[in-house]
Amino acid sequence: MGRKLLLANDHIEGIRKLDVYRKHGGYSSLEKALKTMTPDQVVEEVKASGLRGRGGAGFPTGMKWGFIAKPAGVPRYVVCNADESEPGTFKDRYLMERIPHLLIEGMIASSYALGARTSYIYIRGEYFYVARILEQAIAEAYEAGLLGKNIMNSGFDHDCHVQVGAGAYICGEETALLESLEGKRGNPRIKPPFPAVAGLYGCPTVVNNVETIAAVVPIIKDGGAAYAAIGVGKSTGTKLISASGHINKPGVYEIELGVPVEEFIYSDEYCGGIRNGKKLKAVVAGGSSVPILPADLILKTANGESRLMTYESLADGGFASGTMLGSGGFIVMDEDTSVVKNLWNFTRFYHHESCGQCSPCREGTGWMEKILHKILDGNGTLSDVDLLWDIQSKIEGKTICPLGDAAAWPVASAIRHFRSEFEEYVRNGKSIKDVKHYFRLNQVAEA
Amino acid sequence: MSDNKEYKFSDETLATAQRIIRRYPEGKEKSALIPLLHLAQAEFDGWLSPGAMDCVSALLKIQPIEAYEVASFYSMFNLKPVGKCVIEVCRTSSCWLLGAEDIVRHIEKKLNIHVGETTKDGMFTLKTVECLGSCGTAPMLQCGGDYYENLTFDKVDNLLEKMKSEDKRRVYTKDDMINI
Repeated sequence: MGRKLLLANDHIEGIRKLDVYRKHGGYSSLEKALKTMTPDQVVEEVKASGLRGRGGAGFPTGMKWGFIAKPAGVPRYVVCNADESEPGTFKDRYLMERIPHLLIEGMIASSYALGARTSYIYIRGEYFYVARILEQAIAEAYEAGLLGKNIMNSGFDHDCHVQVGAGAYICGEETALLESLEGKRGNPRIKPPFPAVAGLYGCPTVVNNVETIAAVVPIIKDGGAAYAAIGVGKSTGTKLISASGHINKPGVYEIELGVPVEEFIYSDEYCGGIRNGKKLKAVVAGGSSVPILPADLILKTANGESRLMTYESLADGGFASGTMLGSGGFIVMDEDTSVVKNLWNFTRFYHHESCGQCSPCREGTGWMEKILHKILDGNGTLSDVDLLWDIQSKIEGKTICPLGDAAAWPVASAIRHFRSEFEEYVRNGKSIKDVKHYFRLNQVAEA
Repeated sequence: MSDNKEYKFSDETLATAQRIIRRYPEGKEKSALIPLLHLAQAEFDGWLSPGAMDCVSALLKIQPIEAYEVASFYSMFNLKPVGKCVIEVCRTSSCWLLGAEDIVRHIEKKLNIHVGETTKDGMFTLKTVECLGSCGTAPMLQCGGDYYENLTFDKVDNLLEKMKSEDKRRVYTKDDMINI
């Protein structure tokens, strides 16, 4: 059983409430930071922890914090990215719903470290009930003097607010999120300037994912070195994995980074194996944007080494044979899954969610969706597969924000690893067309 | 731009709107636009008519176009009238892998409408939406801010029956949303 830093107490009844949360050690990290540490010392502990952004990009959090500009007389902001929209990812929702005060405590502590008088939690609009839970937690914190003026008699003042979005995947991109928070369309900004210099309202801003901010709490409690002692190499600490798809035990699991992928999929402690006794076909390991890998490559690297749940091991082999840890949205597909139709589902998603600013993404995602539709409909040609490859290669790296890359990678990886399946659709599409492409609900009724 | 209906927030909603506006620094009140559009949608029959949006832009002292361009960007804002219960079925990724298409077809058959349409009695609108972060409990649908997960045909049937018999509008900003 691995150590749990974020979800150690999620099973405790009433942990959503402030008094229960405090009874189990809640807000002791904040007290430690405010009473015994300077803001810079908190930043140093986060640097020492090796914590990396848990939203998907994996950028070292301490380094991001270190970039924040500190011009005199200009307010700084901490913004929590709770827009969790990456398909296959539901860990932040779980954390906020179960232990909202962990996030609030992390927000206050991070704001203390960065010198922010105000912070915002930008949560996707569909998580409306979760926003309510957070608002209740914030109200409790104000009442207990954990928010507002002179928190815990430290002289530190802080206000934290929840802001709901309204349905846009793109707002998970940090500059689009800031635009949305300013009451505008979620069009990503050109970087530089980075938010650390000119973010919310043009002021220095740090945008961090929910899980990243929550992880600051155990880092302050036990120290950065203790956090860094968990994990493998540069993948330190624990990570929340959202496991879904054709597995026996879908759900959110906190793992110590370094668990073998095979153990994660088959052990009863985690996913519990493939449902209905089927075989594993493919895995999308870090949310829909990361490359899909066939069973053999997700379990073992191209060199035959056991693949581990770490940033480095999942990326081993580059995109030729590896993938990414991403957001930890771990989607498992069994032997009956059509990779081509799954790709169509993903591509349709990116087409729908493209903000429309950059032509390669706006047009390219639509073209890819249409071509995949044509192939699935039995009207594709072999050159269509090459055309798909060509289009994705002309989106990747040519857009303002990473949504273009995120739309391109699933296409490239599906063709790279499952080209024969595309060709099968081209050759026998008319006959495949009416076959069940995916798990059907009525199979449950029949079984 | 406005129809003949008068769009005015109730005192209670207005107080909530003012409370939200105060969360932002002076001069940055426009930040409250999205939360206020949610309030307007909840207050004015579940959709944003030009008049409803104008009510918000007047309150924030911004140009009407600033509200229109934002409302048309985000998928949760309905720019056409909707039924009392907007059924939003997740169609992405894990929900799709686990039968979302069947759930959609089942509801279409049951309500005798297609995706994007509203039943004649004005009770239901059926929409498909992108990943709602409920992949571990797929397939799922959302209605009025509530999640309905691990769906089966029976569960969907019971849910639709229940909503029909309760005959009330389900919107995002309702106060009894959480049961702690």
